[in-house]
Amino acid sequence: MAGEKTVETTGLLGWIDKRFPLTSTYKAHLSEYYAPKNFNFWYFFGSLALLVLVIQIVTGIFLVMNYKPDAALAFASVEYIMREVPWGWLIRYMHSTGASMFFVVVYLHMLRGLFYGSYRKPRELIWIFGVAIFLCLMGEAFFGYLLPWGQMSYWGAQVIVNLFSAIPFIGPDLSLWIRGDYVVSDATLNRFFAFHVIAIPLVLIGLVVAHLVALHEVGSNNPDGVEIKQGPKDRYGRPIDGIPFHPYYTVHDIMGVAGFLLVFAAIVFFAPEMGGYFLEANNFIPADSLKTPPHIAPVWYFTPFYTMLRATTSDFTWVLSAGAVIAAAALFLKGKLSGAWRIIIPVILIIIAVLMKTLEAKFWGVVTMGGSVVIMFFLPWLDRSPVKSIRYRPTWHKFLYAIFIVDFLILGFIGTKPPSPTLNVISQIGTVYYLGFYFLMPVWSRLGKFKQVPDRVTFRAH
Amino acid sequence: MIKKLLGALALSLTCALAFASEGGYTLDHAPDRLNDMAALQNGAKLFVNYCLNCHSANSMRYNKLTDLGLTDKEIKNNLLFTGTKVGDLMHVAMRTDDAKKWFGTAPPDLSVIARAKGTDYIYTYLRSFYRDTSRATGWNNLVFPKVAMPNPLWQLQGPRTMKRVTVHEAETSSGAEQWERTTAQYDDQGYSTVKTDTLKDYHGDPIDKATFTFTSDAQRTAFDNNVADLANFLQWMSEPSQQFRKELGVWVMLFLLLFFVVAWRLNASYWKDVK
Repeated sequence: MAGEKTVETTGLLGWIDKRFPLTSTYKAHLSEYYAPKNFNFWYFFGSLALLVLVIQIVTGIFLVMNYKPDAALAFASVEYIMREVPWGWLIRYMHSTGASMFFVVVYLHMLRGLFYGSYRKPRELIWIFGVAIFLCLMGEAFFGYLLPWGQMSYWGAQVIVNLFSAIPFIGPDLSLWIRGDYVVSDATLNRFFAFHVIAIPLVLIGLVVAHLVALHEVGSNNPDGVEIKQGPKDRYGRPIDGIPFHPYYTVHDIMGVAGFLLVFAAIVFFAPEMGGYFLEANNFIPADSLKTPPHIAPVWYFTPFYTMLRATTSDFTWVLSAGAVIAAAALFLKGKLSGAWRIIIPVILIIIAVLMKTLEAKFWGVVTMGGSVVIMFFLPWLDRSPVKSIRYRPTWHKFLYAIFIVDFLILGFIGTKPPSPTLNVISQIGTVYYLGFYFLMPVWSRLGKFKQVPDRVTFRAH
Repeated sequence: MIKKLLGALALSLTCALAFASEGGYTLDHAPDRLNDMAALQNGAKLFVNYCLNCHSANSMRYNKLTDLGLTDKEIKNNLLFTGTKVGDLMHVAMRTDDAKKWFGTAPPDLSVIARAKGTDYIYTYLRSFYRDTSRATGWNNLVFPKVAMPNPLWQLQGPRTMKRVTVHEAETSSGAEQWERTTAQYDDQGYSTVKTDTLKDYHGDPIDKATFTFTSDAQRTAFDNNVADLANFLQWMSEPSQQFRKELGVWVMLFLLLFFVVAWRLNASYWKDVK
């Protein structure tokens, strides 16, 4: 046969390998993918995120078999799943718990990246794909939350879709276009269902593949932020500090899976509502377009961003506006921008500062909320520290990270509460810290006394 | 470092949970009878007799009551009234537009009401009705003031009077703030006598305390007991598989623990090669 490949394998596998890169793919991604041997606890969450994705897809398929995307039937069909469908309650609780646990593992996974500089060159694309996955996940969760058609589903969707109406000129028409009706209705439910079960999952899976392909192209980072490919190699050219992903990290991740499933099952079987954080009590009341609940709170994983939206009052835009002016002045006087950019960027910032006081605060609230997620895309270029890992950064950097985590949790907590003047002030301080952490990173990340990064990874045999 | 961060995380989570509980009217704690079949059967009987005339439970089948130890025959003979079949869902005949005309609002479906409101709420709410001549139905409620529903359990409750003492801030005719104590005495027909006195030098919190007087202590105990059974039944009905879920959960946890130990030792035996 013309153009036949020569392969090492024989028999059926050889037949396949001549036509499809099975063995070579297996080797490239599993048995001969060399990962640093010093992964710690934080490295479980990547594989766990993949596990939760599979749980969500499989349970989702069974839910779709019994769920009715119809405003008149949706609420009852969920109860039908809970009562009449054999094991339906288990499938549904796995899916509802999976939604929250997805965010738990993804937040921890992102935090790991933040700690060890896993977004730094050459891993910028892995991080960008990752943030895109996070955005998809937020969309997926938002669309999915409407489907049970309870009061929180309904009014949560109403509030979020209304946010788009704050965009100048096109806003009201845009939110109408998203809803497909003047209020959230059957039309909205149907399109959200389509997005939840087809559109977003397709994009999500594509991005996950891209995330992994990019990772395996450049190799994994590790807690020391040392490139094992640049370290010593054995006589076959394999990095000494690397070990084959399979079997070492497959057995390791199976242990992680077992530990995770213990937590997951404890929630599914003993506390599926998780004290009202995973399944809100109000969502057991069918959606009613005439009764607005006194307190509408998004599910916990959205609350940090929701708080930043609420924090942006018309007083607070003075702070944001002043921030933009100071940034413009600093970039013009001290910045390292070259040529025309030295003028253009400060001018844009000044225009934004003026617009902050001319357009209504609600719009800037939406911008702050969106910006607080989108800013993560730029992290690889915001961080200018000479080392990757937090281990070799100045001690005060660690405090900045610790405060950042606590700040994120406080913002999240405030988002579950009804607004009050005190909480609003705290949330504004929290928002300033969150934004400052990212926007000032080019400055603070290179300051301080950095520790010597070792040539090899630090590893203690088990 | 990581340990410190985890510590901070744990600390803030506990704070968040501590703050998470709050409420308006102080609710009584409903006794837990989810494992008491006799209580749940009594609750089912009360539910079908007193609630299921106006309220539906559209997600609930009559024959699901077999999970409470009843047979199809017992359900058919004691709990079915209007030609419905034992495999039917608990629908009601009252139409939504009629209900709106008669009560001002349609009675909500009760299939999952306990999950929305909580058992303590139901237990307190059903025991907090008092006769009030100022209301169109003749009934009012402490937990849900001006509620549209008249007391469905009035026969079980029997005649009772209520004394309600509130201490609150009020504005005098001159516009000054002062503390007042209002004592309202409602008789068993709902006529009230209200007495208000001014409190000088009061430095406490607002108070709202109601005491009911039943015809006898036995009546009170029996009534509280029935409402507890009913509240537990509603809790059971909101998720009939909940007891099985917890029982199964124990076995799943035991299996996963075993799985974890195997996975842990397997991991250790592979990783002993890694130097």
